[in-house]
Amino acid sequence: MAVHATGTARTPYRRSAGTRFSLWAVRLGWRHLVMLAVVAFAVFPVLFVVSAALNPLGTLSSAQLWPTGASLANARDLFTNTPFTTWYANSLFFAVTNAAATVMLSALAAYAFSRMRFRGRRVGLVGLLVIQMFPQFLAIVAIYLMFTTLGEYYPGIGFDTRWGLLLVYLGGALSINTWLMKGFFDTVPKELDESAQIDGASHAQVFFRIMLPLVTPVLAIVGLLVFISTINEFLMASVFLRDTDAKTLGLGLYQLVSSQRNANFGMFAVGAIMLSLPTLAVFWFLQRYITEGLTSGAVKG
Amino acid sequence: MASRKTDTAGAPGKGAPARPGLPGGRFAGNGSLGGQLVKISLLGLFTALGVWAALPLYVAGNWLGIALVAGVVALVYAVYLSKRAVPVKYLVPGVLFLLAFQILPVLYTMSTSVTNLSDGHRGDKQQAIAAIEAYSVSSPDGAQEYTLTVAVTGSPETGDLVFLLVDDEGSAYAGDAEGLTELTGATVEPSGKVTEAFGYSILTPAEVNARSEELSEFAVPSGNGSGIRSSGLSSAFEGTATRVYDEGCDCVTDSETGAVYHADDERGAFYDEEGQRLAQGWQVGVGFDNFARFLFNPTFASSFFGILVWNIAFAVSVTFLVFVVGLAVALTLHVPQLRGKVVYRILVVLPYAMSSLAMFLLWRDMFNTDFGLFNRMLGLQVDWLGDRWSARAAVILANVWLGYPYMFLVATGALQAIPRELGQAAQIDGAGPWQAFRNVTLPLLMVAMTPILIATFAFNFNNFNAVWLISRGGPFSPDNPTAGATDLLITYTYRLAFNEATAEYGYAAALSVMIFLIVAGMSVISLSRSKALEEVD
Repeated sequence: MAVHATGTARTPYRRSAGTRFSLWAVRLGWRHLVMLAVVAFAVFPVLFVVSAALNPLGTLSSAQLWPTGASLANARDLFTNTPFTTWYANSLFFAVTNAAATVMLSALAAYAFSRMRFRGRRVGLVGLLVIQMFPQFLAIVAIYLMFTTLGEYYPGIGFDTRWGLLLVYLGGALSINTWLMKGFFDTVPKELDESAQIDGASHAQVFFRIMLPLVTPVLAIVGLLVFISTINEFLMASVFLRDTDAKTLGLGLYQLVSSQRNANFGMFAVGAIMLSLPTLAVFWFLQRYITEGLTSGAVKG
Repeated sequence: MASRKTDTAGAPGKGAPARPGLPGGRFAGNGSLGGQLVKISLLGLFTALGVWAALPLYVAGNWLGIALVAGVVALVYAVYLSKRAVPVKYLVPGVLFLLAFQILPVLYTMSTSVTNLSDGHRGDKQQAIAAIEAYSVSSPDGAQEYTLTVAVTGSPETGDLVFLLVDDEGSAYAGDAEGLTELTGATVEPSGKVTEAFGYSILTPAEVNARSEELSEFAVPSGNGSGIRSSGLSSAFEGTATRVYDEGCDCVTDSETGAVYHADDERGAFYDEEGQRLAQGWQVGVGFDNFARFLFNPTFASSFFGILVWNIAFAVSVTFLVFVVGLAVALTLHVPQLRGKVVYRILVVLPYAMSSLAMFLLWRDMFNTDFGLFNRMLGLQVDWLGDRWSARAAVILANVWLGYPYMFLVATGALQAIPRELGQAAQIDGAGPWQAFRNVTLPLLMVAMTPILIATFAFNFNNFNAVWLISRGGPFSPDNPTAGATDLLITYTYRLAFNEATAEYGYAAALSVMIFLIVAGMSVISLSRSKALEEVD
């Protein structure tokens, strides 16, 4: 193939098979070799976790890179011996609610920053960048002490509850994501909302009816990033959720392999796949937005 | 959009988007009826939330808290009922959360960092004295005895301990760290054991055992220098305190040993002449002592600077390796006629789509000495995570695996934006492929990649999961069990605050502030060089 594309017109048909192969090897063959090596590096842990999940013995010491058998015993153990469904529901609750609320709060603020001119606008934008230097988890000691007190007044948002941790997550809603969104809002022509306003739309109608549909890609990408970082969040969740039933799947898996590393590995592998499934699904549905959104400067958590 | 009435039409910079005067007079843009209804119901919901928040504060008599709640509710009403201040309407929801759960904690961290808040220095002086007296209770002959049932408020593992006590006559009491209250509505067995009590969860013997250490130090103050302590798991006695506080000399006297402990209001504890302190102290401000300890105390300074160097090395090497691998893969795939490109791309991006938390744990288990995949495949018995250098290499390797797909995606996007003709022109001019890449493609690429590299560095600088889930900061050298070879500053902070035998909140907060200063310093340098802030539009 490649030879036809690159060979000069002079002697294309007299090349021996050996010459053709060496030309191919120089142009493309080494690329395949490199890619095979990279793919092997990329895939082997995933292969291992799938193989361990199917491994009938369910221990770390018996798990091989290539599946040796197929059994659902690990999955059954995970469902019956641990509060897996509760953990999973908790994880999805935090990830979905936080992603949705963050997208909403960030979009509101980005609309104001992008479309309106007001005093303190520049300060606000720069301030958002500055506050990023103090990531929320650095203040974990203070958050812990705060919620010790808050929990006494309002048991509903104290430790081991969903709402307390969610509130903390929402404290980070306005962040670098707001910048990302504002940049995208800026690319929507101003004439669109101006013409809508001339037609009598209020600012809220412009926001919900005109802007939001036009910026769906950036909403999707921010939602994806927040979803992924929330489902993988460990530090604050481990401080907040100490009760077995309140844990997220990530914390649960951590507990599972820290108590019985060898014996529980099969269950852990099933849980790891289950924890990755929502991420994989979100990736699959949003793949066309991903490269575009990522190059705008967001970092996976 | 009726703010037009109060604004002069089209005036810029006055709280509304600049725009020309609209036709339609007062009929223009008042929003839809549905929108108004949503607004009213949201405001109603918010009011209900405010009432819910105010009730417990009212019960506790916390008027400052009530004023705060009322202020927030009033602010929200003012913003959303006013026809002006349109930008504020869009900023208030996010900013309220930001203030309450990010900026306030940051300020609180700073104020905690100049105190000695820790286990043994939690409450104020009065609470410390009460605890000292109750803890020193010893059993005189003929002391009042109780049948004890151990319960907690909240979860069995972490809730506050409560003693459910039943005396000889069968009256039941609940005793916590505050004192003794009468217990009503409890189910008491003839043996005196309480089997059910409203508001308390009763611990099983196994749960009691798990907290036995706490239990042995727990005492219920019962007034006049006496207190109730447990003896065994099912009985308790009331006795008099051997250590009594005397306000006159501001000291605690131990009547058994005769030792006198004087209050030291600078260090927040009682000390005797030899410098021995009582375990229970109180919280005091210590100025910049916490910071000084990390900078000047020989042991702590060596841990701190050792960790700082490794932390920077970790972030730099992960960022660099991730960039090199990601870019190399992107360049390898950056030819139009390569077969199987789509399949390669999906497989190569796979690590990025997996849950990083689970994958870190997976890598840890692959490095396991006895059962891990690497040792079994290679037929070795290496304790990968037990040696400082192999543990560091392991942590970096796992992070490169997780991080390079992101760089690959970004680099692919950036490469596609660079016209192919540029590289070809360079080659026609006689440049080799490497020269063309080095002098033409790479500089163009770096324009797009530099901000991403800075962000990746900043992210990895505080990448808690990457270290904690794989090595927990270890391995630890025997002479310094608090600072491990792979510890980042953030994992070190976490261990100080939440994972040590004693919780050192003051030190941990001081460390947080120092991390903040380090990151801020690096950001200021990188931002001032990249001029990003000048372009704020």
